[in-house]
Amino acid sequence: MRHVIDKRVPAAPVPVIRIRRLTKSYGHGYATVHALRGPDDPETGEPQGVSLDIEQGDFVAVMGSSGSGKSTLMNILGCLDVPTSGRYLLDGVDVGHLDEQQLSLVRNRKIGFVFQSFNLIPRTTALAQVELPLAYAGVRAAERRRRALAALSLVGLGERSGHRPNQLSGGQQQRVAVARALVTAPAMLLADEPTGNLDSRSTEEVLALIDGLNTTGRTVVLITHEDEVARHAKRVLRLVDGQIVSDVRQAPVDGPPPALRDLGVPA
Amino acid sequence: MILWQTLRFAVGGLAANKVRSALTMLGVLIGVASVILLLAVGNGSSVAVKDSITSLGTNALTVSAGSAAGGSRAASSVKRLTVADAKALASDADAASAIKSVAPVVTTSGTALYGNISYSPGSIVGTYPAYFETANQKVAHGEYFTNDDVLGSRKVAVLGATTAKQLFDTADPVGKTVVLGGTPFTVVGVLQAKGGSGFTDPDDVVIAPLPTVQNAFTGFGPVNQILVQAASADTTTAAQSEITRVLLGTHAIADPSKADFRITNQASLLTARESTTKTFTVLLGAVAAISLLVGGIGITNIMLVTVTERTREIGIRKALGAPRAVILGQFLTESTLLSVIGAGLGVAAGMVGSHFSIVGIKPVVIPESVLGAFGIAVAIGLFFGSYPANRAASLRPIDALRHE
Repeated sequence: MRHVIDKRVPAAPVPVIRIRRLTKSYGHGYATVHALRGPDDPETGEPQGVSLDIEQGDFVAVMGSSGSGKSTLMNILGCLDVPTSGRYLLDGVDVGHLDEQQLSLVRNRKIGFVFQSFNLIPRTTALAQVELPLAYAGVRAAERRRRALAALSLVGLGERSGHRPNQLSGGQQQRVAVARALVTAPAMLLADEPTGNLDSRSTEEVLALIDGLNTTGRTVVLITHEDEVARHAKRVLRLVDGQIVSDVRQAPVDGPPPALRDLGVPA
Repeated sequence: MILWQTLRFAVGGLAANKVRSALTMLGVLIGVASVILLLAVGNGSSVAVKDSITSLGTNALTVSAGSAAGGSRAASSVKRLTVADAKALASDADAASAIKSVAPVVTTSGTALYGNISYSPGSIVGTYPAYFETANQKVAHGEYFTNDDVLGSRKVAVLGATTAKQLFDTADPVGKTVVLGGTPFTVVGVLQAKGGSGFTDPDDVVIAPLPTVQNAFTGFGPVNQILVQAASADTTTAAQSEITRVLLGTHAIADPSKADFRITNQASLLTARESTTKTFTVLLGAVAAISLLVGGIGITNIMLVTVTERTREIGIRKALGAPRAVILGQFLTESTLLSVIGAGLGVAAGMVGSHFSIVGIKPVVIPESVLGAFGIAVAIGLFFGSYPANRAASLRPIDALRHE
């Protein structure tokens, strides 16, 4: 079933994400707030910016309290926002040089989003939600339908393809969002506190899905402030005041995510 | 690429706010319907005026006594029109002439009696048979009187439809005798009803041979008018100058500016009236166009509200990789759909409305106004929708997603 979704063979070990000296600030002059700053330059005292590589197939949890810059990082990684300075290479492509049209293409083909507040489109059936990114990619109707149904059954909602968001529970809505994120077989899954609005059972369901996706080789970047959630990641980054203060590897890049390894799933 | 999808989303978006969409469409509907209807009313009144003028005959020229300048004229110097003038004009009417026929006209009034019914017709006209053709008066029943009747001063008359109805009701007047001013006239024919617009009823008339009327009423003095028929509508100007030349001759006036007669041209009257009604139509159209514009502003307003409401949705779509063109297309489709449906219903309303007569005018729909109003409404939808749609499309995804 998973092969229907992902036929992509992992490519040469070019980092999926490579950011160099990335800063993001809001406001001007004295009121400037550096949401992402990195360490200060020892000579000038200016922020040097955040640098980070994320390998193909990694599962990274970005942790931090609110205001630590983790959402800013996520928005930049998702090409929803542009950095103030620094470079961002996604799959080897410098995103900073892309125009609006190309950025929408990148968002469509390379990134799958899962948001805290689900962000499903109101009054639209689950099937249509999942078909939407494919429609924007120009996939033909029949193919679109087939792939969307496959993605929905992967998240266990094959039976509910005709339901609208207001007819689905929170956990189900988030699973629709996961299906929508993975249906285009993107290089990277970006999840912004995907379990923040879910009860513990739904949290487990959604995290199990994400673990499964990572097992099949999908790169996952997950933002959270819960240790329980971070436990699923292979690598945990902690952000404080726009700086990466710790970078802990919990499992190797090419193995299964820790939660599955603990259950005894072979690599 | 996803035209069908876009259309479905647009319909879905409109259906989500049914009342709001309906009210917006109502604005366009009223605009389009009023353009069609008001232009139809203007056109209808112009058609009515045209009909009433053409019913007099467009080839007809009326010569009446009086200075063309309408200024001071010493009573002594004014020569009235006479039967001799008419005869001079008639003698000029040969094959090469622009004048086809000439009919001197005396008009008077009097009371008609039939049995115990007494009725005063609007006018009693004494003339020659040429009058019927020139004035576009056709006999519906019976006969015209003939040149022999004129020469013999026979006491015969043709009745207008209204007069016939007043005197005879449903009975057949032909062959009956009507007493006009003490003289018995035999009715030989009844005219077709022309239907009047305005103050005088053209069907309320009695037409009799000129000498008979002169004998019974006016005496053999001057005539009121000379009705001249031009050979065709194109030769009215030629006929007019011919009349001027002949009458200046008979009246022995050297300077044309001192002419003591006036020539009225039905065609020029028609043009004058038409330009009046055209102004009227343009004014009505302008008022209607304003309401169409207001309808368009309604679309902009509601689309702006929609875009604001759905900012978050726009953000989601952008995050999923919707290109700018798709977002633009979606909102443009919505606004255009509003205007197309509104305009379509407006056309229907305008067509239905034009079947009723409005302030006494029967509206005549101008086909171009239907197409024009519909087209303009759709263009307005596109134009006024493009601002909100453009606003939606140029939203930055992060701002749109964060919008509450």
